[in-house]
Amino acid sequence: MSDITRLSAADLASSLASGELTSLEVTQAHLDRTEAVDGAVHAYLHVAGESALSAAREIDGRRAKGESLHRLAGVPIAVKDVMTTTGMPTTCGSKMLQGWVPPYDATVVSRLKAAGLPILGKTNMDEFAMGSSTEHSAYGNTANPWDLDRIPGGSGGGSSAVVASFQAPLATGTDTGGSIRQPAAVTGSVGVKPTYGGVSRYGLVALASSLDQAGPCARTVMDTALLHEVMAGHDPMDSTSIDAPVPDVVAAAERADVAGMRIGVVRELTGEGFQPGVQTRFDEAVQHLVDAGAEVVEVSCPSFEYALAAYYLILPSEASSNLARFDAMRYGLRVGPDGVAAPSAEQVMAASRDAGFGDEVKRRIILGTYALSSGYYDAYYGSAQKVRRLIADDFAAAFGQADVLVSPTAPTTAFRFGEKTDDPMAMYRGDIATIPANLAGIPGMSLPSGLADEDGLPAGFQILAPAMADDRLYTVGAALEQRLLEKWGGPLLDRAPDLTTARQTEGA
Amino acid sequence: MGPRRAHRLARMPDLSRDDVAHLASLARIDLEPQELDRLVGELDQVLGAVAQVQEAPIEDVEPMSHPMPLVNVTRPDEVRPSLTPEQALAGAPLAEEQRFSVPRILDEE
Repeated sequence: MSDITRLSAADLASSLASGELTSLEVTQAHLDRTEAVDGAVHAYLHVAGESALSAAREIDGRRAKGESLHRLAGVPIAVKDVMTTTGMPTTCGSKMLQGWVPPYDATVVSRLKAAGLPILGKTNMDEFAMGSSTEHSAYGNTANPWDLDRIPGGSGGGSSAVVASFQAPLATGTDTGGSIRQPAAVTGSVGVKPTYGGVSRYGLVALASSLDQAGPCARTVMDTALLHEVMAGHDPMDSTSIDAPVPDVVAAAERADVAGMRIGVVRELTGEGFQPGVQTRFDEAVQHLVDAGAEVVEVSCPSFEYALAAYYLILPSEASSNLARFDAMRYGLRVGPDGVAAPSAEQVMAASRDAGFGDEVKRRIILGTYALSSGYYDAYYGSAQKVRRLIADDFAAAFGQADVLVSPTAPTTAFRFGEKTDDPMAMYRGDIATIPANLAGIPGMSLPSGLADEDGLPAGFQILAPAMADDRLYTVGAALEQRLLEKWGGPLLDRAPDLTTARQTEGA
Repeated sequence: MGPRRAHRLARMPDLSRDDVAHLASLARIDLEPQELDRLVGELDQVLGAVAQVQEAPIEDVEPMSHPMPLVNVTRPDEVRPSLTPEQALAGAPLAEEQRFSVPRILDEE
């Protein structure tokens, strides 16, 4: 096999099962790829070479003994640095947690280990998942494999970049306002935010607990489904975990048949404000679904106009409360204030939070503190919660007319580093199409729709389904992917630049 | 849904530098003077944008705090495996006699 790292997780799984490849070979190939390209991409905060290889050897041994293994056993994976991992640092992209090695595994990580997926390392992210570009990581930017001067999306830019640069076939993500879907869109990869409560939040460093949802990142719809199945399921350690069977997402991806399905185009999430090339690829994708037998209807969700405003009140409010745990007492950074001989716990706390948190985190904590303060609570947080209800009602009405809803995932292709760092609202507006799903708790997928004509960069197609109907995302996504692959004559990511030469021209 | 809109609430007073300093102290973040200056302008811009929620037709709308109805989850009161003291203290900035060691919590006077 010439290039193992180009294979899908499904193909790797078949080759492992047939004995054509060993997990050791597959894992080593991905570590070699990281060695070759991650100097330029900087997707990993930590590479766990030795432990990944030893996990691979163990799986190979168990397979040789004839043990019955999970389908993905031996297929390596990268884990977003928001998930706790024993034996590996978990920093959440923050100086606050520099070098912290958690004493327990997140449920998602335990599930990956139980299924036998070697963990390659931890991926970069915006600090505490606050951002759309990785520019808010305390450890530097991750580059977009399509153009190293551009953002890979955020907050899960490390996870999107590892799969798009063939450093891992699979990665985990978390999506609070689009942090799985928008990075997938701008890197030409696939990502899914499951129904809220579908995947356990136990061991995820919390950003906004009523919005956070972990999910799969990969290069194909089927690989995303295979990982979704491993990650999802009821967990007694998370009180919001849904105690019901996981929708059969793998069977749905195999079905790939949209004949007779009603596809709703959300009027408020198309047209004005969307880059022409993104809109063109979206329109073509909708036509592909029509050609495949789907019926298209236009739906209107008028309250989406207020979604961004509601989100940027609810998220900072919940975040300001969640991040109060970083008090410099039990774990994380502790520093004393300058020039104070015997500082109090409170002074140490304030100095540590100043030193440990970056600008965006401070901005959101203070905004949330304000929105929750007495006298302003009703006007801000209270109003935002009412808008949230309107948005959920809009979705309920729209799903009365359509089986799934579709839109472009992000209004633009990947922007350049620095383009939006001085204007928080400009950065926030990029989340306009992904945020409503988090507010309502419904599942969403992004998959590539092609390259925008004006810049040759990937554009994303978003599919949304009612709560617990995650399987519909995969049926529609797989049907669209089939037709697009036929049109493109191969995967979109085959057209991304060869990063091994990019690194040489970049210099060290 | 009718076209009627909830009456507009008055625009909140602009945040002053003192207000932001007070919020920072509530949030237990020591901000440098130049950070305060920058935040005053940024927060004003963000607050101006998010205040749009007050223009939505939200009169008589039930607030929604969570995507699904929350139910209280309990478990049997049985001992189960948990962290050892060493594991629990492994990330502590300072530990002493199997305890987290913290700075003084009382004022000097």
